[in-house]
Amino acid sequence: MALDKNGIAQRIAQEVKDGYYVNLGIGIPTLVANFVRDDIEVEFQSENGILGMGPFPFEGEEDADLINAGKQTITALPGASFFDSAMSFGMIRGKHVDLTILGAMEVAENGDIANWKIPGKMVKGMGGAMDLVASAENIIVAMMHTNRRGESKILKRCTLPLTGVGCVTKIVTDLAVLEVTDSGFKLVERAPGVSMEEIKKATEGTLVIDGEIPEMKL
Amino acid sequence: MIKKTVNNVTEALEGVKDGMTMMLGGFGLCGIPENSISELVRLNVKDLTCISNNAGVDDFGLGLLLHKKQIKKMISSYVGENAEFERQMLSGELDVELTPQGTLAAKCQAAQQGFPAIFTPAGYGTEVAEGKEVREFDGKMHVLEHAYKADFAFVKAWKGDEAGNLIFKGTARNFNPLMCGAATVTVVEVEELVKPGELDPNQIHIPGIFVQRIFQGKSYEKRIEQKTVRKK
Repeated sequence: MALDKNGIAQRIAQEVKDGYYVNLGIGIPTLVANFVRDDIEVEFQSENGILGMGPFPFEGEEDADLINAGKQTITALPGASFFDSAMSFGMIRGKHVDLTILGAMEVAENGDIANWKIPGKMVKGMGGAMDLVASAENIIVAMMHTNRRGESKILKRCTLPLTGVGCVTKIVTDLAVLEVTDSGFKLVERAPGVSMEEIKKATEGTLVIDGEIPEMKL
Repeated sequence: MIKKTVNNVTEALEGVKDGMTMMLGGFGLCGIPENSISELVRLNVKDLTCISNNAGVDDFGLGLLLHKKQIKKMISSYVGENAEFERQMLSGELDVELTPQGTLAAKCQAAQQGFPAIFTPAGYGTEVAEGKEVREFDGKMHVLEHAYKADFAFVKAWKGDEAGNLIFKGTARNFNPLMCGAATVTVVEVEELVKPGELDPNQIHIPGIFVQRIFQGKSYEKRIEQKTVRKK
């Protein structure tokens, strides 16, 4: 069965290693924090200016001066720090952040990503996404494999305005884990109970299948 | 000590005129210069170009200026959560320049620190880079982005002293320190204005040299955009 958003987040959390500084995007990526093993040390960065982001505050303890990039009220963990936006993107541009997890509307087999604009329909802006994808070396995209009409979002070439070129390394969808390689999307894992046929049908881009593909372990 | 204090928001905004370019600090509604925005609404200055990461919500922050059609052009990285903004943009009433967030920060900081322009990898290969000079450094492509030029910067700090030294709080810091000294006139409003010597010089985030006018703000609403809590 295809994963739900929490399932995607749970699988991505396995990619978060001890000692990592991690930037989580808005949407599914935010949920990843809930599934990270508690026996490892990880610090979450939010690009509006905090390292060491903690969970939501208890009711009545929320602080208007303490939010994440999704404008949600948060807390600061012991050891946290605050900084301005230039320093925040200095951390990102300077490759000090170990892992970036973000959402996408489309990903292409050459590693291009589109997630900020649908011409004529939705123009919300790129926020920090263009800075993140241009500099981060370890980018995981969290997304649904297809859109609401069942059309593939894992493409040969992006159709929407790009956020970044040739930058995505790994994709975790509701159906599969894929790696971007020179020859196409390499199928690494299947969601539990999802068949090869389902994945092939939902993938417009070139799918590279090498031997038996294991199921995700969640 | 060179004193930077003015008596109130009206004095602080003296010289503001139609057609000016304004920088405004804040991320979402966090750390926005509430008093200066209210005064801009009262002055009813028009045709403004506003450089600010976001455009407020329909009835607060820069949304108040949008509602009165005082803004001609908006330079931001993210403009969701504002229906009036979207309407004005789609109808062509409002000119919008979307800029990657880190680039926006860098262009403010460049203006503050006297760099005419910077190279950044952000936006290379996208429509943001169209018509801009690009250059390869160490095998990676970068886009040339020019420093902003603004008439006024409106900044919100937590504490400040009469010399214009500033301390920010939490994530309300965001773009505020980067806009200090990045415009011809920097106007700072603070929640707490103190006498010189009361702030520890070791703790100051922005020295008063970057500030022209400072005043004690009033009646902060500090609205929360997304209240998210957990159960005890």
